[in-house]
Amino acid sequence: MSAQPTPIHRSNDFVIKFANVNGSGSASANELFARAIIRMGVPVTPRNIFPSNIQGLPTWYEVRVSGEGWLGCRGGCDMMVAMNPQTWDRDLAGLDAGGYLLYDSTKPMPRSKFRDDITVLGIPLTALCNREYSDARERQLFKNMMYVGALIALLDMDFAVAERLVADRYRGKDKLIQANINALRIGHDYATSHLDCPLGLRIEAADKVGNRIFIDGNSACGLGAVYGGATVAAWYPITPSTSVIEAFTAYCRKYRTDPDNGMARYAIMQAEDELASIGMVIGAGWNGARAFTATSGPGISLMQEFFGLAYFAEVPAVVFDVQRGSPSTGMPTRTQQSDLLACAYASHGDTRHVLLFPEDPYECFALGAQAFDLAERLQTPVFVLLDLDIGMNERLCAPFDWDDERRYDRGKLMSHEDLEAGKNFGRYLDVDGDGIPYRTIPGTHPTKGAYFTRGTTRNAYAKYSETGADYIYNMERLRRKFATAKDLVPGAVARPATRPTRIGAIHYGSTGPAMAEALAMLEREDIHIDSLRVRAFPFGDEVMQFIADHDFVFVVEQNESAQLRSLLINEGEIDPKRLVRVLHYDGSPITARFIATHIAEAVTDRKVSPIGQPVRKVAP
Amino acid sequence: MTYLAKPRLLAATAPRNALGYTRRDYEGAISTLCAGCGHDSISAAIVQACFDLDIEPHRVAKLSGIGCSSKTPDYFLGNSHGFNSVHGRMPSVLTGAALANRNLIYLGVSGDGDSASIGIGQFAHAMRRGVNMTYIVENNGVYGLTKGQFSATADKGSKSKRGVVNSDNPIDLAALALQLGASYVARSFSGDKEQLVPLIKGALRHNGPAFIDIISPCVTFNNHAGSTKSYDYVREHNEAVNRVEVILPRDRIETSYPPGSLRRIVQHDGSILHLRKLGEDYDPTDHIGAINHLQERHALGEIVTGLLYVDNSAEDMHRHLNTVEKPLNQLGDAYLCPGSKALDALNASLR
Repeated sequence: MSAQPTPIHRSNDFVIKFANVNGSGSASANELFARAIIRMGVPVTPRNIFPSNIQGLPTWYEVRVSGEGWLGCRGGCDMMVAMNPQTWDRDLAGLDAGGYLLYDSTKPMPRSKFRDDITVLGIPLTALCNREYSDARERQLFKNMMYVGALIALLDMDFAVAERLVADRYRGKDKLIQANINALRIGHDYATSHLDCPLGLRIEAADKVGNRIFIDGNSACGLGAVYGGATVAAWYPITPSTSVIEAFTAYCRKYRTDPDNGMARYAIMQAEDELASIGMVIGAGWNGARAFTATSGPGISLMQEFFGLAYFAEVPAVVFDVQRGSPSTGMPTRTQQSDLLACAYASHGDTRHVLLFPEDPYECFALGAQAFDLAERLQTPVFVLLDLDIGMNERLCAPFDWDDERRYDRGKLMSHEDLEAGKNFGRYLDVDGDGIPYRTIPGTHPTKGAYFTRGTTRNAYAKYSETGADYIYNMERLRRKFATAKDLVPGAVARPATRPTRIGAIHYGSTGPAMAEALAMLEREDIHIDSLRVRAFPFGDEVMQFIADHDFVFVVEQNESAQLRSLLINEGEIDPKRLVRVLHYDGSPITARFIATHIAEAVTDRKVSPIGQPVRKVAP
Repeated sequence: MTYLAKPRLLAATAPRNALGYTRRDYEGAISTLCAGCGHDSISAAIVQACFDLDIEPHRVAKLSGIGCSSKTPDYFLGNSHGFNSVHGRMPSVLTGAALANRNLIYLGVSGDGDSASIGIGQFAHAMRRGVNMTYIVENNGVYGLTKGQFSATADKGSKSKRGVVNSDNPIDLAALALQLGASYVARSFSGDKEQLVPLIKGALRHNGPAFIDIISPCVTFNNHAGSTKSYDYVREHNEAVNRVEVILPRDRIETSYPPGSLRRIVQHDGSILHLRKLGEDYDPTDHIGAINHLQERHALGEIVTGLLYVDNSAEDMHRHLNTVEKPLNQLGDAYLCPGSKALDALNASLR
């Protein structure tokens, strides 16, 4: 037996994991715990790890506490709240040496079921609940609140903060407030009187949260759609995107109900499948309403034919794709960034689509709203590609903002007055040289401006044509339009290293926080890397310039086939050898440790000087 | 198929409707379908119906899927926006368009392959949802563009041009529409303009999903002996349950009928359907009776035509969704964007 390690002593820097059974009501208690730490001014990032199931399977809630503000997944576990006997062995094994185990000690467990190198904390939660409550459901729900109460004592947290949170959550329901606080109190008092409080792990009040807000990306997308002016949402339920529509519905009820008559300034249609949902979006977009759908990988597969139609017939549409483990049904409740290529070149034939990559809920809102302007300006589908990690988990982010002077960009619309004034209308005519034609909305004018929309080839005046020259004109114009898009989409965000370097790293989306932390870790090892966070496809010139400015560039992403790298190579005609893959795709969120380890190894293997001028031109 | 461009000059005596438009104003591009195609007669019937109803052409949105029938919206209502979408998916595109603007008249044109084969799911759900539309299926039982394969409405035992006998059971779209909640269901024959035009007019003035199954023989691939969708076969087996006349609120009723032979149904928009009974007593407001009648007559090899069912109190999708009266596509920024103040309050609640 190894020497007993000393228990971990750290304040505001640890990972605590809750092992629960899904459907047991643990989620809201766990979330309360996370929010209480935030209210104490300490950044936390929680992550739900849940199965594709309604009740009875294991689920975990992981809370990373980081006074330094690192929001990415860290890996490892310093404290385990083991509430699920099914996963006991595995949960115990996952605990770092010197860690802490909190468990329900109602039923005695053999010594062989524990480890010697951890601190074991038993609380007879079931017994306490059975004594306090007679209703079976209450016994279950309040057990969760009890362990949160115990944690407040064990981690030296402020009980009053938790009390205020409960009061906020159940405002107006005094009975519920009292019952929950009572449960917290029982757990807290038991820990105080029976256990050695506080532990080596502690929360110290700080001021590191600032004015940030705490919300999940899917809700932020739904809110972005409201602010972006969406009036039609058509969808089909699919994990992990369903809550985008749920949020849109809730925000619409709040903000888009006509105060005079209670009628809806929006229409939400649950379609029979993803084909119908994208069909409705395209029908509404063609008819001049801002419309969107939310889906995930399998939905993207089903929508392919319609994407081609919307691209070719030039109909605005917005698609929120909350990516999950793929291919096929894949890992429906795990995260990945594996739909890039399926979206970038969606549908048969020569198509190219605009993609946006939000990093966090703030950008889910901002880019989500912007997607509607882009879709109408460019008259094409725009994909907002987020993933389960930011979609379904709450994240600290900058508060949402909105400029009241901002007006929706409805794009190139020809009005009744324009037509009446005799303006030449060619639906697919490139009048301005930017590849974007003018369109009319059905019902604009009794005798002018009507045209026939079709997926077949046509001339610049929307007349059916199979003439090669007409086809080429159209395809070249679409290519020009895509080049125009390059200047309209959000630009990449650069984060230069503190010292000059010939190494770069490109990443996107939810990888952001882990990347930032990894770069700090690497810097401590004297590996300096300029990083660039790509926010959209088509890539702006700054992306290609970044690659040109570095000897080689790591492309960090969460899929198996290096999809962003493929896009960069294909669109930028980059020498593949200059783009080095760093790929994480087991379904869990990428961690800083993973990125730092892989990059450090690769840098060592390449024997390049990680700073300044290269020793030699890199032969990767 | 017409090869000659239509003359631009119009006789001064050409009849004009209340809006001052001639029939020509409701026509479209020159048809590219085969000479004698039933679909062209249906296009002509649509033109006639819109002319008669004084519909402003730009108030109509015409949508279709893929196939011969789906090409036809290019050949009528040239001043209306049209959308030739993807195969079998017209209903969803039309539904989305209808969500965006509740004030236009939506005309969906589809075929038996487009609606009964690849698109049966979307067909079914559009009916269920109560989309306010006129949905026409130009039904010839055959795939024309790909040269003569059976479609899902081809009768069991009918013979293809190449002599193959169809062994699969047919789908009766009218019966299906009835069952799924269409609130105006009719069947007609492209060769019977007298019957067809009023049925289209009634559908265009109907509030809710109006479905018309129009048997429309394919002269090239399905008009031979052994086909049950040929001109001859349909004429011989056509059993019309009634004759409809659509009376608009502005019209003076001039015709008189013997008592008991006429039924008046007032639609939601005030238009009146005059139903002249033919043969035995048929009640087009009896939902279950209509379903039964179709089944019984089908078993006898008859093709039941006429207005099969109408529910003049039907509610449409927008009513279900409680959407504002003003079309969603015309709501300005101020009606849509909650603004920065609301956002600040929301931010505060997220801390």
